Amino acid sequence: MKHYGLKAATVAAGMAAGMAVGTAAQADETIKVGVLHSLSGTMAISETTLKDTVLMLVEEQNANGGLLGKQLEAVVVDPASDWPLFAEKARELLEVHEVDVIFGNWTSVSRKSVLPVVEELNGMLFYPVQYEGEESSKNVFYTGAAPNQQAIPAVDYLLSEEGGGVTRFVLAGTDYVYPRTTNKILEQYLLDKGIPQEDILINYTPFGHSDWQTIVSDIKAFGSTGKKTAVVSTINGDANVPFYKELGNQGIGAEDIPVIAFSVGEEELSGLDTGPLVGHLAAWNYFMSAESDANDEFIEKWHAFIGDEDRVTNDPMEAHYIGFNMWAKAVESVGTTDVDTVRQAMYGITYPNLTGGIAVMNTNHHLTKPVLIGEIQDDGQFEIVWSTPKGVIGDAWTDFLPESKNLVADWTAPISCGNFNITTGACSGQNY
Amino acid sequence: MVLIRRLAKLFSAVLLLATLAPAASAQTGLEDALAGLTARSFSDKETAILAIAASGDPRAETLLQALQEGDLYFRRSDDRMVFVRDAEKGYDISDALTGEELGNVGKRKVRKVSINNKLRGVLKSALGGLRLFAPDDGARAEAARALLSDPDPAMLSGIERALAAEEAARVAELLTLARAAILAQSGPVEDRLAAVAALDGSMNPDVWAVLGRLANAEGDGDTQTVAQAASEALARIDSQKQLYQILETIFFGLSLGAVLLLAAVGLAITFGVMGVINMAHGEMLMIGAYTTFVVQQLMPNAIEYSLFVAIPAAFIVTGLIGIGIERSVIRVLYGRPLETLLATFGISLALQQAVRTIFSPLNQPVITPDWLSGFYEVNGALSITYNRLYIIIFCLLVFAALLAILKRTHLGLQMRAVTQNRKMASAMGIRTGWVDAMTFGLGSGVAGIGGVALSQLTNVGPNLGQAYIIDSFMVVVFGGVGNLWGAFVGAMTLGVANKFMEPFTGAVVAKILVLVFIILFIQRRPRGLFALKGRAVES
Repeated sequence: MKHYGLKAATVAAGMAAGMAVGTAAQADETIKVGVLHSLSGTMAISETTLKDTVLMLVEEQNANGGLLGKQLEAVVVDPASDWPLFAEKARELLEVHEVDVIFGNWTSVSRKSVLPVVEELNGMLFYPVQYEGEESSKNVFYTGAAPNQQAIPAVDYLLSEEGGGVTRFVLAGTDYVYPRTTNKILEQYLLDKGIPQEDILINYTPFGHSDWQTIVSDIKAFGSTGKKTAVVSTINGDANVPFYKELGNQGIGAEDIPVIAFSVGEEELSGLDTGPLVGHLAAWNYFMSAESDANDEFIEKWHAFIGDEDRVTNDPMEAHYIGFNMWAKAVESVGTTDVDTVRQAMYGITYPNLTGGIAVMNTNHHLTKPVLIGEIQDDGQFEIVWSTPKGVIGDAWTDFLPESKNLVADWTAPISCGNFNITTGACSGQNY
Repeated sequence: MVLIRRLAKLFSAVLLLATLAPAASAQTGLEDALAGLTARSFSDKETAILAIAASGDPRAETLLQALQEGDLYFRRSDDRMVFVRDAEKGYDISDALTGEELGNVGKRKVRKVSINNKLRGVLKSALGGLRLFAPDDGARAEAARALLSDPDPAMLSGIERALAAEEAARVAELLTLARAAILAQSGPVEDRLAAVAALDGSMNPDVWAVLGRLANAEGDGDTQTVAQAASEALARIDSQKQLYQILETIFFGLSLGAVLLLAAVGLAITFGVMGVINMAHGEMLMIGAYTTFVVQQLMPNAIEYSLFVAIPAAFIVTGLIGIGIERSVIRVLYGRPLETLLATFGISLALQQAVRTIFSPLNQPVITPDWLSGFYEVNGALSITYNRLYIIIFCLLVFAALLAILKRTHLGLQMRAVTQNRKMASAMGIRTGWVDAMTFGLGSGVAGIGGVALSQLTNVGPNLGQAYIIDSFMVVVFGGVGNLWGAFVGAMTLGVANKFMEPFTGAVVAKILVLVFIILFIQRRPRGLFALKGRAVES
C-alpha cells in the first residue's frame, strides 16, 4: 500500500513538473482561459455542457485569429461538484496555470467558495448562471440573471391579465440558499402587491426529492378555492423530473395551475417526456426557440462542435457566449489581458444577445438583458409568450428586502465598491 | 371581471361579424374569424376564437381542437390557415377550411398559431359549448366539466337544452352542477340559495372553486346571504373531505413504502441474508433503470410493452453483474466487513463513472407508457394515480416471487442452509461458493427489477443509485437483518409514517424525524423489528 502511494506520488509530481515546464514555455505565446466546471459528480449533468461551450468559443476565437495576435488556450480543471475543491482548483488555475480569465461555477455555494480566492489573487471570473443576487465582487462578472431579471418579471407576468391574473401563489423550492433568498424576495414583493399572507404557500424539499405525491396533492387542494393559483418553482436539478411527472399523473394541467420555473431549461427537459407538461412556464433571458439569425448561427455551430444534432442550447450557454465575447472585445480594445485594465474596459461594453437586442455590462458587474417567458411545448422546446419590451438592468442588491434596499454596487470611481449604502454614504467594508 | 370582459369581447365579435357581413353566410364569418388568429397579440386571438365558436359553422370544432393541440399553422406568404403533417423533409400541408392539399413546404414557410395558458382555458370552454351535443358520452362529460370550471351565463340556455336531452346519468349530473353554478351567480336571492344548496355536498373540485368564489364575493345584502350559505356549504364539504384525505395519505404512504421495498428488497438478500455490506447496491438499481432506457431505444415502436421486456432484461443484466462482482471481489473479502464496505463503495463509484462515460452524464429520457399515466378519480378529494397503484401491485408480486424462491425452491433451501450454518451446509455437500454467487446474483437481479420501477418515477441518471442507497439500508436495518418480512413491514411503516408527518412538518423535517426515530429504535432493539432467532444470531 505504502509503496504504491509513494510511486503514485512520484509519478504525479513528475507529471505536475512536466506540465509546469510546458506551461512556462508557452506562457508568452498563448492567452489562457480557465474553465472551472464540474465534469463529475452531481453537477456534471449541467456543467459539462458549459465546459464544452467555452471550448467552442475558444476554438472559434482561435479560428478567427485569436486575440492580440496570440492563440487562446483553454485550461480545463474538474472541481467534481465538491464545493471546497472549487476554491482549490481556482487557486490552481490562477497560481499554477496563471490563467488570464476564468469561466466557471454553477451553484451559488461553489461561487461563494471561489470568491475569496479570486479576490486574493485578483483573478477575473465570469459566472453564467441565474442566482439570488445580494453580491457584487470586484473580481466576478455575473452574466446570469439577478432576481429582478427573472423572478420579479415572472411574477409580474403571472399577476397580469395575460398571465392569467393569478391571486394565489405556491412558492416551492429546494432547501438551499438560492431558493430561500429568492422566495424571501418574492414573498415580500407579493405582500407589497397586496396578496394576503394566507394566499402564499411556501414549501421546501430536500435536494433530489423524489416522492412528490403529498406536495402535489397539497398544491391541488390549495388551488381549489376558486382563486387563480400558480406555482413559482425554484426546485433545482434532478428533483424537477419526478415533480413534473407527478403533476402530470395527478392531472394538473397548465391551464388549471401553471408552474413557472427558474431552474428548468431546455437541457433539463431533454430528460423528460414533455407531453403532459405543455403550457407550464419558465422564465429565462434566452430560449433556444428564439428567432434570430445570431441564434440560428449559434445553434448550428454548437451542433457542429458537439457532433450531435439533438443537443439543445440553454440560457447559461448564452451567458457564457455574451461573457466570453465581451471579455474578448475588452481585451482587444485595451491590448492587454491585465485584470484591472480589462475590468475598467468591461464597463459599458456591449454585445448582441442571441435573442436580438444588445447586452450591456454595467458598473455593478451585472448585465442588461431582456427577460422572456416561455411555455413548454411537446417537443421539449419553449414557445416565447411574453418578453420585456427592452433590456432589464441586473440589480445586485434587491430593492425588496429591507437589509439590501439601500445598497448599490458601482465599481467605478467615486464609489468603487460592491455594497455602497446610499443612506449612510459608505461602503460596508466587506469585499463583495 | 374576466368573465364580463370575455362576454364583452364575444359580444363585440358577434357584433363585428354582424356589421361586416350582414348578408354573408356563416362560412365567411368563420373565414374572417380565422384570419384573426394570425395576430401576434393573444387578446386578438381570443376574440378570434370566440368568434369561431360563435360562427355556428360545423368545422369550428375541428379547427378549435387543432388549435388546442397545436396542429394549426398558417402559411407565412399569404396567411392561409393550414394543417401540417410531418413529412420526410419539411411539412405536407393542407388547407384548414377546404382540406385542399397544398403540397410540401419547408418548416420555415409555415408558422404555428401559438397559444398561451389563458387561451387554452378559453378554448376549453369554447369547445365545451360546441360539444354539449356530441354523440360520445365521454366528450359530453368533458364538455360539461369544462363549462362547470368556467360557469358562463351565456351558456345557460345551451346547458338547459342539453340537460333536457341528456340520457347519461353522469353527464346529466355534471350539467346540473354547471347549471347551478351559473344560477348561483345572479338573479333572485331564493334562486341563488337554491343553486348553492344544489352544489352543497358535491365532491367535485370545480364546485369547490365555484363555492369558494361565492363565499369570497363582496357586495350587497343578497350577495352576503349567498356568501354565507356558500361558506357553510364549504365547511360541510371540508369535513367530508377529511376522511378521504386520510385514505389518500395512507395510499401515498403505501406507495412510498412499495418504492422503498423495491429499492431495498435486493439489499435484504445481499446484506440481510448474506451479510455483505454492499455499497454498490444503489448502482444495481441504476443499471436496472438504464436497461429500461436501452430496451426502449431498441423497441421505439412498442413502448407500451417495453417494460415487460425490460423487467427480465434488467434482472439478467444486473444479476450477471452481481455474480461478476461477487466472484471477483467480494468472494475474497468474506468475514472482513470493513474491506467489503470500501471495496463495494469503490465499485459503486467505478460503475457511476462508467455509465457517465458510456451514456453521458445527462439524464436519459425513459418514456412512461400510456397505461401507466393518469389517475382514477374516486372523487374530488381522492384520486389514485395509476403508476403508484401499479408499483404497489408490482412490488407485492416481486416480494411474493422472492418468498417463493426462498421457501419453495432447491436454491432457496440451499441459501437458507448456507446462511444458517455455512460449515454444516458445506459438510452436507452444498457448494457454498456457488450458492453465495447465486444469492448475490439474485439480490442484484431483484435490485435491477427495482430499477425498472424507479425509472418510471424518477430521473434515470448516473446518480440514481445514491439517492436510494441510504433509504435501502434504513429499511433493512429497521426491519431486521436477514428477514424478508422485516423488510416488508419496515418499508411500509417508514413509508406511511413519512407521509403522515409530511403535511405537518414539511418534507425536510419529516425525513430527519424518520431518521431520528430509527436511531432511537435501533438503540432499543438493535436487531430490528423482526430479529432472527437461533444459531445464526450467535455467529
